[in-house]
Amino acid sequence: MNVPTELKYTESHEWIRREVDGTLTVGITDHAQEALGDLVFIELPAVGRKAKAGEAVAVVESVKAASDVYAPVGGEIVAVNAAVAEAPETVNADAYANWLYKLKPDNAGDLSKLLDAAAYTKLAGES
Amino acid sequence: MLKHTPLNAVHRAAAAKMVDFGGWEMPVSYGSQIEEHHAVRRDAGMFDVSHMLAVDLGGTDARAFLRYALANNVDKLKAPGKALYSCLLRPDGGVLDDLIVYFLREDAFRIVVNAATADKDLDWFRSLADRRANAVAIAPRRDLAIIAVQGPNARDKVWRALPEARAASEALEPFFATVSGDLFVARTGYTGEDGFEITLPATRAAALWNALAVAGVRPCGLGARDTLRLEAGMNLYGQDMTEHETPLESGLAWTVDLKSERDFVGKATLLAAPRTRVQVGLVLADKAGVLRGHQRVSTARGPGEVTSGTFSPTIGKSIALARVPTGCAPGESVTVEVRDKALAARVVKPPFVRNGAALID
Repeated sequence: MNVPTELKYTESHEWIRREVDGTLTVGITDHAQEALGDLVFIELPAVGRKAKAGEAVAVVESVKAASDVYAPVGGEIVAVNAAVAEAPETVNADAYANWLYKLKPDNAGDLSKLLDAAAYTKLAGES
Repeated sequence: MLKHTPLNAVHRAAAAKMVDFGGWEMPVSYGSQIEEHHAVRRDAGMFDVSHMLAVDLGGTDARAFLRYALANNVDKLKAPGKALYSCLLRPDGGVLDDLIVYFLREDAFRIVVNAATADKDLDWFRSLADRRANAVAIAPRRDLAIIAVQGPNARDKVWRALPEARAASEALEPFFATVSGDLFVARTGYTGEDGFEITLPATRAAALWNALAVAGVRPCGLGARDTLRLEAGMNLYGQDMTEHETPLESGLAWTVDLKSERDFVGKATLLAAPRTRVQVGLVLADKAGVLRGHQRVSTARGPGEVTSGTFSPTIGKSIALARVPTGCAPGESVTVEVRDKALAARVVKPPFVRNGAALID
């Protein structure tokens, strides 16, 4: 299973990368894209939107099913990756290179609640 | 415990994503169902459809039995090898299944029925034959496998993989079948492309599948099978029609022969049935989601329902078949409730794709 060790994860199969300036880049994991199959539609949040931890902010949809994408921690959406909305299949090709949105967290400390690679691998292996 | 086709081990060896399809363990895709879809439209793809059931009918009353049992008229089958698509109805006009019947000889017909309905259909055939005192032998052929090879290059690649079948099938017309040794080759399919559906002993299935792969035919799963058949405007039993609908409100009036004097199961009900609902095609106007079964459709004449929907890889938009009030016509605008949003869609007359190209934009 492809689970980069430098990233953090959620139980709902998002990956998170903390950037130097403290913003969080968020996408869906390789496990998630594999389970969904070929993605055909991605709905991204509006820049400026404020979200609580666990709130659904985006949708990824495959031929098989639609799936919500959640905010891993509370914060404000500061950027979205318009390119993936144009070409959803790129997320299937590389789930970690093709991020969905960037979030400025309300509290930097919230990240400690997220899963590390080992914990996510265990969780994803059991699902 | 899921049922396995004779090709189960082959699919697993290819790392196919396996799913439960009506009690059978079947491959939904071998990697990318969209790539598999394109392979069928552009080249050649193959499907293991051995979960479907071939039923051989023999005896002196085979034709008489079918004349009464089927909604389409079996007397259209005069030339040996000719095939007919028909619904199997209940007395109340509800659809039990859709199927293809092939005429081989007066005492030899072959019917191919859907996997999930096979047992139901067999029970129905047997009880009907009993009630009508028909001298008909009904033989389910679980000893056979079925491989569908579809696409513009399908027939060429079948002949490359199976040279023994070439002589018998080279001159085969569309919607005809031929027997060559233990091979039954039909120029039929469920994709809107040309190709053959090959029925053969289960013991030969893996060797044929591998020979086809070597000849350049791409393994394709049920995911691609569904996007292909929907683009081709073909119904899926259990979604586009069930026992609770008649063929007339399922886009299948063309398969029901109501004109001749022939009596058949369900005829009286169909003749009397009010024509309040029809099947139409829908195309989602924007890239805003995916149309799916059971979504509510709002039309100028009242509400309707999507019966099956998907994303069309050939067109690049979401398409669907829907049941709506009679009078809804191609070109009209409707809205569909997709995940709590009312999305705009256009009514079209299926099919959506023909000869590999989009018929609508």
